[in-house]
Amino acid sequence: MLKLVQINKLFNEATPDEKIALDRINLHLNPGDFMTVIGSNGAGKSTMLNMISGALSPDFGDIEIADKNVTKLPEYKRSQMIGRVFQDPMAGTAPSMTIEENLAMAYSRNKKRILRNGVDRKRRELFRESLETLHLNLENRLNAKVGMLSGGERQALSLLMATFTQPSILLLDEHTAALDPSRAELITDLTKQLVEKDRLTTLMITHNMQQALDLGNRLIMMDKGQIILEINEEEKKKLTIPKLMDEFQRIRGEKLTSDKALLTV
Amino acid sequence: MFLAVFGSVEQGIIYAIMALGVYISFRILDFPDLTVDGSFVTGAAVAATMIILGYHPVLATASAVIIGFIAGCFTGLLHTKGKINALLSGILMMIALYSINLRIMGMTSESSIGRPNIPLLNAETMFIQFHNFWGSLGIDTAINGFLSMRGVQYLPSTWGTLFLMSIIVLLIKFGVDWFLKTEVGLAIRATGDNKKMIRSLSANTDTLIIVGLGFSNALVAFSGALIAQYAKFSDIGMGIGMIIIGLASVIIGEAIFGTKTIVRTTFAVISGAIIYRIVLGLALRVDFLDTGDMKLITAVIVIGALIVPQYFEKKREKNRKARRHAERLAEIRHSLSKGGAAVAETRPDQ
Repeated sequence: MLKLVQINKLFNEATPDEKIALDRINLHLNPGDFMTVIGSNGAGKSTMLNMISGALSPDFGDIEIADKNVTKLPEYKRSQMIGRVFQDPMAGTAPSMTIEENLAMAYSRNKKRILRNGVDRKRRELFRESLETLHLNLENRLNAKVGMLSGGERQALSLLMATFTQPSILLLDEHTAALDPSRAELITDLTKQLVEKDRLTTLMITHNMQQALDLGNRLIMMDKGQIILEINEEEKKKLTIPKLMDEFQRIRGEKLTSDKALLTV
Repeated sequence: MFLAVFGSVEQGIIYAIMALGVYISFRILDFPDLTVDGSFVTGAAVAATMIILGYHPVLATASAVIIGFIAGCFTGLLHTKGKINALLSGILMMIALYSINLRIMGMTSESSIGRPNIPLLNAETMFIQFHNFWGSLGIDTAINGFLSMRGVQYLPSTWGTLFLMSIIVLLIKFGVDWFLKTEVGLAIRATGDNKKMIRSLSANTDTLIIVGLGFSNALVAFSGALIAQYAKFSDIGMGIGMIIIGLASVIIGEAIFGTKTIVRTTFAVISGAIIYRIVLGLALRVDFLDTGDMKLITAVIVIGALIVPQYFEKKREKNRKARRHAERLAEIRHSLSKGGAAVAETRPDQ
């Protein structure tokens, strides 16, 4: 479903700040795979996500989504196939517009936008049914402006909007990191539920190791622009946090000398 | 007095179309578009020139709208494809249009290339054509007869302009309301609200900004074309400060009528444009103020419209707090009289 081939990206080339953001990354996700990504700050996780979404373009290498080479496709075209939820709960919704208007925009993601009413009776019914699955009582506040919602509610709505049209790829960039623990748990559960419902191919970045272990069937660890550890479905079932920490220590001891790991339990 | 207010309302309704254009760029797209100062004159120039050259006034006005749309698209192109700052792309387009407007008006004379103004004194404008039809209905005599019976002394020569413009503005208002609720309209609104989000929902924000600005300036040029026919002249300087007048209308209207929904806000903007004209008209009746002071008065009105609501908001907040405080005191007193144990449980704010 998703294929990254030899993706390479250099930031600030030929300056003292030159940094290899991604170093020949190869990645292959099968349909229905749910991969969690962990790694210290600056490891290149978000850069990789931005490559896939099209916000950044690689220096060289190819990106394929659903057997189609999308390397040169601009962000707005690519996002027909990609659902995204950002870390900032404010980033995924339009605050001055109502809940139903936000959903209407998500609904027309993979269609051509034309001069027809964004919200009609049939769609409103569909929106209401989908909102009911969130159990946040948002289905009764269709005409409330999204700016009035709490961070957790906005993030739940963003998640629903990202998955509304069953995208080929779902990208989650630490989407629970800015929420308090109980809200984060709610969003985590919702993520599980929404991804399972449509068997979405998902890539999720997280700093929370427990979350990385609980969710998904595959896991990778990144450091300094490289994927340093890849764990498959069988191994992941047996994985625990101490094991993961040991593994990280082992690889870091062998391959890396720096001491900037920032993984939290 | 009645006549002065009547004239202000007539003009206000025509300027309301321009204000709706400014509302779309400034509020919906969140784009401070200074093209307006130029595209307003462009609308007037195109309409006046074509009328002088013998075209039908409706065709002349329609052409003005299209040229205005193109002007707006250019500003959008400068900003999105040329990556020029929003304010600067508007200013660049504005001064470019100054020369273009001179050229457009220059088409009416064979000798000169550019021309700074065109009088339309005896020309066949949209309003004159409409008045010919309107006059045959006899509505003016009926209304004026009714009013003079009520003791109103100075009466307008015709109600036709007011009637025609009200219909046009209402149609535009409903059109804008509808457009902003379509899929394209929603995407344009989201572009002004959260670009990152709407791009992640597969909308081309560049195109939306270009189309949005085109739409906005089409309305501005439409207003300019109508003002030229209403005032019976087109002048190169008639657009100076137009963006501020548009903003004044938007801000005044929003302050008075609120912005709860799109339908309400467009109504507020139209009302704001009319109120602005009335205030300006009344201010100009003060003896020591002259028409040359208009821009100064405009600036004062806008500053007032920006500051006064803040003052009222503060006052409302203060009153609210005072009320809550009084409630709390009453509650404490009540529970003390009962023994005081319930104070902690009855905090009203939790």
